[in-house]
Amino acid sequence: MSLTLEEVRHVAGLARLSLSAEEETLMRTQLSAILDAVDELSRVDTSAVEPTSHAAGDVSPWRTDDVRPSFPPEKALGNAPAKVGTSFAVPRIIE
Amino acid sequence: MEPTELSMLELGKKLASGELSSVEAVRACLARVDRLDGEVKAFLRVDREGALAQAEASDRRRKDGKRAGLLDGVPVGLKDLFLTEGLPTTAGSKILESFIAPYDGTVVKLLRAAGTPILGKLNMDEFAMGSSTENSAFFPTRNPWNLATSPGGSSGGSAAAVASRMAFGALGTDTGGSIRQPAALTGIVGLKPTYGRVSRFGVVAFASSLDQVGPMTRDVPDCAALLQTIAVHDPCDSTSAPAKAPDYFAELEAGVKGMKLGLPREYFELPGMDPEVRAAVEGATRALQKLGAELVPVSLPHTRFALATYYLIAPAEASSNLARYDGVRYGLRSGEGKNLLAMYGHTRDEGFGLEVKRRVMLGTYALSAGYYDAYYLKAQKVRTLIKKDFEDAFRTVDAVLSPTSPTPAFRIGEKVSDPLAMYLNDVFTLPCNLAGLPGMSVPCGFTRANLPIGLQILGRPWDEARVLRIGRAFEREHDFHRRTPPLGAA
Repeated sequence: MSLTLEEVRHVAGLARLSLSAEEETLMRTQLSAILDAVDELSRVDTSAVEPTSHAAGDVSPWRTDDVRPSFPPEKALGNAPAKVGTSFAVPRIIE
Repeated sequence: MEPTELSMLELGKKLASGELSSVEAVRACLARVDRLDGEVKAFLRVDREGALAQAEASDRRRKDGKRAGLLDGVPVGLKDLFLTEGLPTTAGSKILESFIAPYDGTVVKLLRAAGTPILGKLNMDEFAMGSSTENSAFFPTRNPWNLATSPGGSSGGSAAAVASRMAFGALGTDTGGSIRQPAALTGIVGLKPTYGRVSRFGVVAFASSLDQVGPMTRDVPDCAALLQTIAVHDPCDSTSAPAKAPDYFAELEAGVKGMKLGLPREYFELPGMDPEVRAAVEGATRALQKLGAELVPVSLPHTRFALATYYLIAPAEASSNLARYDGVRYGLRSGEGKNLLAMYGHTRDEGFGLEVKRRVMLGTYALSAGYYDAYYLKAQKVRTLIKKDFEDAFRTVDAVLSPTSPTPAFRIGEKVSDPLAMYLNDVFTLPCNLAGLPGMSVPCGFTRANLPIGLQILGRPWDEARVLRIGRAFEREHDFHRRTPPLGAA
């Protein structure tokens, strides 16, 4: 399975990765090789098999919805690359 | 004898009797770090003041007759993906280089409650993606047995620190072998518990259906003690098992007489297995037979598909988990990019290393429209078959034995440019993660070049006690786990 450069760019867009031209070329080669290797799964008959998403039990546990202390704003913002008042700041979204 | 030569439990006893203090134990570790870590490079950050303050508090507790337990005062290290309040937690990534966790993760809280001083944070492959610790954004860690070789990964810093006696024990995480493979390559004991046995709350996520926290120690009793400390139900992790963990010491010394131990023929038929590894592991299985276990050939027919299954499921989950690194709430933010979308793209391109990008790309592709059924869903179905292989085998045997890694430690740089060759390191360890089973590596021999070899013991879900008991039965009759790397002899 050989990926095209356009496919690599499409996936990089979905993954929010601004790859350099060299990285795009490298990804194309390496991802194509990995996809070839994983293609052996197509030989396994799974027509009557249910998927496993988790090795844990099937039951999702419940807990009571108790009010618990949460971080004060200054702690929650402690790692913010940019902030304004008690908010995270991001580049302008609406012109 | 140097205090650092003691096991965790031996040190715990000497602390209890007053023969040594926790401050002395921490100082001994720090002295070794000063002497050796310039070469080994296991630590990303050493917390001298914090560790000494915790040791002083531990010594005071004992003086006041309030000892917290067997491990109170025994210094440990943490793989750098456990959130520790006030200390950096980088996950080996540039994108988290400046991240200071605002809270302690659950296992860190449990360690603090048990009174173990935390020496610092240990190197790892970025976001635990790798098998050599070469994917750390900061520097590779070296194997104390031969500094030209890798300690394995992704918990390579934890393994190297324990093997070189800079820490008495450490915690790692294992998504496809990241505790067991480095344990094997550095001659220590490493256990991946059953999925759900240990809380993942406050642990930087890689692949959430596979990740599990576990102990890395010098011998099996220490492993049991550390597991006992962290195997506690946590309401903050919905996959954390509500059932109370059993007493891992109750039958630890009970031996293997009458046990049926399975030898999966698919594992031993793997082309590319190092002959010295094969010989050592076969020797270990015969030793267990001599101790009264019955060796039973078993078949795990879908073993050959585990690697492909893993390398679709783990990257798919990783691509989803790593979407949170967007430069908004924490971590690196790129100065490039005029709008939000461009800022995301540049932040992630600058902050992630190549292997992480590769897996995010692969996972995004496998989950994308038009490919989901062919890749991700297909892999989840094959995962069912792999799990069923083990269920079938465990109807006739009590545990399964295999090599931990197909080769001993490899040279740094040898495999890093070939992702597929690197992925083969995990061929024996990752089926266990896919099936959610407990698995442990114990030292079982050395190559002629004096590199350690590990025996892997896989158990039924929640059967850690038996896995430990088998490892202990082997360990009691051998001295592999007592050998010290040549580096440590200086």
